[in-house]
Amino acid sequence: MDAQPEPEKGDAKLTRDIQIKIGQQLRAMYTDVVDQGVPDRFVELLRQLDQEGKKKGDE
Amino acid sequence: MTLDPTVRDAMLGAVPSLRAYAISLCRNVDRADDLVQETLLRAWAHMDSFEAGTNMSAWLFTILRNAFHSEYRKRRREVADSDGTYAATLKSQPEQNSHLQFEEFREALAQLPIDQCEALVLVGASGFSYEQAAEICGCAVGTIKSRVNRARARLAEIMAIEDAEDFGPDHEQRAVLTGTDHR
Repeated sequence: MDAQPEPEKGDAKLTRDIQIKIGQQLRAMYTDVVDQGVPDRFVELLRQLDQEGKKKGDE
Repeated sequence: MTLDPTVRDAMLGAVPSLRAYAISLCRNVDRADDLVQETLLRAWAHMDSFEAGTNMSAWLFTILRNAFHSEYRKRRREVADSDGTYAATLKSQPEQNSHLQFEEFREALAQLPIDQCEALVLVGASGFSYEQAAEICGCAVGTIKSRVNRARARLAEIMAIEDAEDFGPDHEQRAVLTGTDHR
């Protein structure tokens, strides 16, 4: 456990840089969609399901 | 069946990230939205199997993933984004360059086997733990870890190649050039 970490070689740094870039791009791509919010069709869908449910409940 | 408004709100609240996950699986916005719709319908029909107090989002992701694997997976390769649907939905948005960048990343992601892709997105973007991702995918935690590692390694290879290509003509120019070559 006392071993010093080896000095970072060029390849290791490149790998780490690419992994950071992958993480950033993955989250950026995802957030880009999340930021679009809830499209109306889903608000409408749940409203309809809710109303149908209420009708059935009243029967 | 009437739905508890807080449950309905939780379902709606999960929609943006369900869409983001679905788009990364389907690579097509219209199909992804259909998949999300199917997910909400299934969730609604099986609401009694949702355990109150557990993670609604993880439950919905599980349903979405099952729906994808039962119905949508076989269509994934056929559609990809060849019909340009994803690009079309982006036209209304201003920052074209960043979206172009996402497109490149999406293409790299699409080269991964689907089990690696979904594991990577769940852990790397959706914010699930390895344990939650394993539950969503119905596999062992170790399996998720190895899928994520392989996904990262493969993406690194693909992106290293792309970076090397960046020293050539820029991407847009090259697209135009390739476009004219294909006449």
